[in-house]
Amino acid sequence: MTRLTTLTGWGRYPRHATRLSAPRDTDALAQALRMGPAIARGLGRAYGDSAVGAHTISMRHFDRMIAFDPASGQLVAEAGVSLAEIIEAFLPRGWFPFVTPGTRFVTLGGAIAADVHGKNHHGEGSFGAFTDWIDLMGADGQVTRCSRDANAELFRHTLGGMGLTGVILRAAIRLRPVESGWIRQRTIPAPGLEAALDAFEAGMDATYSVAWIDCLASGAALGRSLVMLGEHAARADLPTERRARPYQTPPRRRRSLPIDLPGFVLNPASVRAFNAAYYTLGRVKSGAQLVDWESYFYPLDAIGGWNRLYGRRGFMQFQCALPLDAGRAGLQRLLQAIAGSGAGSFLAVLKRFGPQDSPVSFPMPGYTLALDFPLTARSLALMPHLDRITTDHGGRFYLAKDSRMSAETLIRTDPRMADFAAWRQARGLSAQFASAQSERLGL
Amino acid sequence: MSAGAVLILGARSDIARACARRFARAGHPVMLAARGGADTLQADADDLTARHGVKASCHDYDTLEINGIDSFLDSLDELPAVALCAVGAMGDQAESQRDPQAAALVIRANMEGPALTLGALAERFAARGSGTLIGISSVGGERGRASNYVYGAAKAGFTAWLSGLRNRLNGTGVRVITVLPGFVATRMTEGMDLSPRLTAQPEEVAEAIHRALQRGRDVVWVRPIWRLIMAVIRALPEPLFKRTRL
Repeated sequence: MTRLTTLTGWGRYPRHATRLSAPRDTDALAQALRMGPAIARGLGRAYGDSAVGAHTISMRHFDRMIAFDPASGQLVAEAGVSLAEIIEAFLPRGWFPFVTPGTRFVTLGGAIAADVHGKNHHGEGSFGAFTDWIDLMGADGQVTRCSRDANAELFRHTLGGMGLTGVILRAAIRLRPVESGWIRQRTIPAPGLEAALDAFEAGMDATYSVAWIDCLASGAALGRSLVMLGEHAARADLPTERRARPYQTPPRRRRSLPIDLPGFVLNPASVRAFNAAYYTLGRVKSGAQLVDWESYFYPLDAIGGWNRLYGRRGFMQFQCALPLDAGRAGLQRLLQAIAGSGAGSFLAVLKRFGPQDSPVSFPMPGYTLALDFPLTARSLALMPHLDRITTDHGGRFYLAKDSRMSAETLIRTDPRMADFAAWRQARGLSAQFASAQSERLGL
Repeated sequence: MSAGAVLILGARSDIARACARRFARAGHPVMLAARGGADTLQADADDLTARHGVKASCHDYDTLEINGIDSFLDSLDELPAVALCAVGAMGDQAESQRDPQAAALVIRANMEGPALTLGALAERFAARGSGTLIGISSVGGERGRASNYVYGAAKAGFTAWLSGLRNRLNGTGVRVITVLPGFVATRMTEGMDLSPRLTAQPEEVAEAIHRALQRGRDVVWVRPIWRLIMAVIRALPEPLFKRTRL
């Protein structure tokens, strides 16, 4: 069944008219693919237009888990299964996804297509590092299993290929054995950027590391951060009363934002006040503490529809990666520009990336900075400036977050993408799989 | 935990699949029954086993084969603790008005088959002295309306059957739960323009059913607003009601 509708990504900008199909089985999917260029969509958590096209195929009906092998931790599941479902089913049995982004409401197919990263990229790599194989449907309805050993080229381009190599049907991923649902977190207050980056380097052995960064702080406090390191807690790390049920964490109240907040609620003064309070609170709570998995990995998941926080016009997220050598200087310039504009938000995150071997995936050894901007004239005016600083420092942009980059900026910052476009062209994929984003970026 | 087995009749429907997952999550072994048996159900059974580590089996069941009910029940490995009937077919009202065969099929699929199957299970549950029967009926059975009275009449019959069974079996250890979901976003309603406030997700129906089983409820209105709406619709005097287009 196909209907005409309009769709956006998580940032609610831009909005595109699309034909939307939701096939229930592989036959119906193959039939949908005969209707012309299409793009698969999971839970729609890519911020921009990655999963919206002239013809969008919702994979929500492909939601079955197929098999789990407790000896290897390998889970085989259909592409529409979400990380939330995987955690719900497997954490009580002692398993957790190896790599998770900041929301668990992403599908397996989406996580592979964006080759998402988590707080452990510096040591363990991206989602693809724990993906054993992928079943991919081509426009002719044929299903190809690809892995590091078979159809390796297709496999490498599918991890991070933004759904532009075919429709991800099923995949085998590996889960991590964990002894509890708790994380041992250590918070290190960093009064400025240098201290924050030093804390990352000192924390390279930690499984997880991430920094919340105050993008409105300037002068000596520029880059003021709370660096948070984390380890999965062993059963012995838990207080005695929790050891009998180590996977059980207190249920978190789920709230949701039922309405769009008016645009003026988030203004420089309110964000500045929030950021100052958050930093002070973090400094007070610094040191070691036990945090449940949900609060640690998915603080925003507790607020359903938090994207409405930015009002009806929507918002965009800026996320770039900077190489290790130019990273410090680049971050400093970016933060100066953001603090100077007063347009930053309170959701700014800094991460250390480790090695990444891929023809298309986003991460590179160095740093990544991500922050949200409400969709205002001021933010839009700031973007080209941030793009230029990123470009000048050898950085590149995350397609899963992008909603407005130009094709020229993409190729200048990420020459691999010209090869990817040619690779698609040579295989006839350009005419078969396309999103609004791939059209905009000339992929 | 030794949760008893749950038999799900009409297991391919979206509501049934959500219920199967909900019961499996609570640790119940699940017996999936639908036309085609394992051919159409194995992927769902594998999903339940992979997700929740429970035993899940597939069974061939055709609600229109009323002579096969006993042999179907005999073929099960065990008599389940809970039997949930999600069998149903909306049919097409206009077609049912034209074609008695089509109307008969809607009546048989929504009333005859489900009622007789739960009836046969009721006998076996009563003989054992325990068990819960769950019938998914419809708010459409609360009052006949021009737009779908063939379906509505069949569901009204099923609702009455469940009510009668509950009345009869009271005190025997056998419970009967009637579920009135209201609009649900399923294959059956795909493409219809339904108000989101009135439309439940299949998972919501499953959660309501599971809760009702635990709390000993007799009748489940998945979204309370439907109870209000149907109370109003039922209360309309016939001279007025017959002029409405609901």
